[in-house]
Amino acid sequence: MSARDLNCEEVIERLFDYLDQELDAQQAADIDRHLHRCRDCFTRSEFEKRLRARVAAAGTASAPPRLQRRIRHLLDQFNGDESDTTR
Amino acid sequence: MSLASPFTSVPTARPQRQRRDASGAAMKFRDAAQRRQWFEQRLEPLLDRLYGNALRLTRDPDDAEDIVAEAVGKAWTRLDELRDARRFEGWLFHILTNTFISEWRRRQSRPKPAPGGEPPTPDDLDIASFTLFQQLHQPFLLWWASLEEQFFNGLLQEDLQRALDSLPDPFRLAIVLVEVQGYTYLEASRLLGVPLGTVRSRLSRARGLLQKQLWEQAREAGVIADQGRPGQGGSPP
Repeated sequence: MSARDLNCEEVIERLFDYLDQELDAQQAADIDRHLHRCRDCFTRSEFEKRLRARVAAAGTASAPPRLQRRIRHLLDQFNGDESDTTR
Repeated sequence: MSLASPFTSVPTARPQRQRRDASGAAMKFRDAAQRRQWFEQRLEPLLDRLYGNALRLTRDPDDAEDIVAEAVGKAWTRLDELRDARRFEGWLFHILTNTFISEWRRRQSRPKPAPGGEPPTPDDLDIASFTLFQQLHQPFLLWWASLEEQFFNGLLQEDLQRALDSLPDPFRLAIVLVEVQGYTYLEASRLLGVPLGTVRSRLSRARGLLQKQLWEQAREAGVIADQGRPGQGGSPP
């Protein structure tokens, strides 16, 4: 496929596919080129990127000490079971 | 030669596409102690993200602990199936997600749907067209006075978590799988057992719903005042 000049409407329509890395290399390059020269679409893209970064950060939370103890205990149990079966 | 962009891009963290595992020979450990040490060394730095992901999937701290513990137990017992040590992280998160989805599907198959799992109402059908950017963007304001900056400065992580948690299950799962966990649309469609087009439409509506919820929360909290006009007293930093 060859390079294509996209208009703003086409870029906004594909913006989330672009940010989700769902486009092929040529389609992504077409959007890159448009964002390089169009301030409005670039601003929109940056806004969505910032918001997505905040959404992604919602996937981190301090694991409670209780969970850490539970996992240690679980692994101790597995270790014990494995030792039993090798005796 | 590539030209530098005339605009300044904000560097943002994004979930990495994880390789879940590879083909090849299983890993070998000298003894049980070495196996345990290897496992714990890799698990420990991932625990906060495992729990955070589980919390976004389940919306409940106790359920989140349960699925993390279950996933860790499965990973430990199946460790001999892991072919590439570098893919431990992606492999473990995939086990976590599968653990949750199996349980979620089991609950969905019960006669009474789980809270938050009801299908969206017809009023939601045009929600995909809602964008925060359109509400906030005012092209002629300086950046420090812009509503966009006010919004991001006032957006607390718990606001975002509350907005995510408020989404109906099918939409929340689509956005968590793709935007938090970094799954491709195809992977998300396989995990959820729905067609690719359904993942796309759920994602689109999830984003609209999430942004609308954030907009409403920001207005309620006074971060955005007076029907989208900037709050009084804004001054440059």
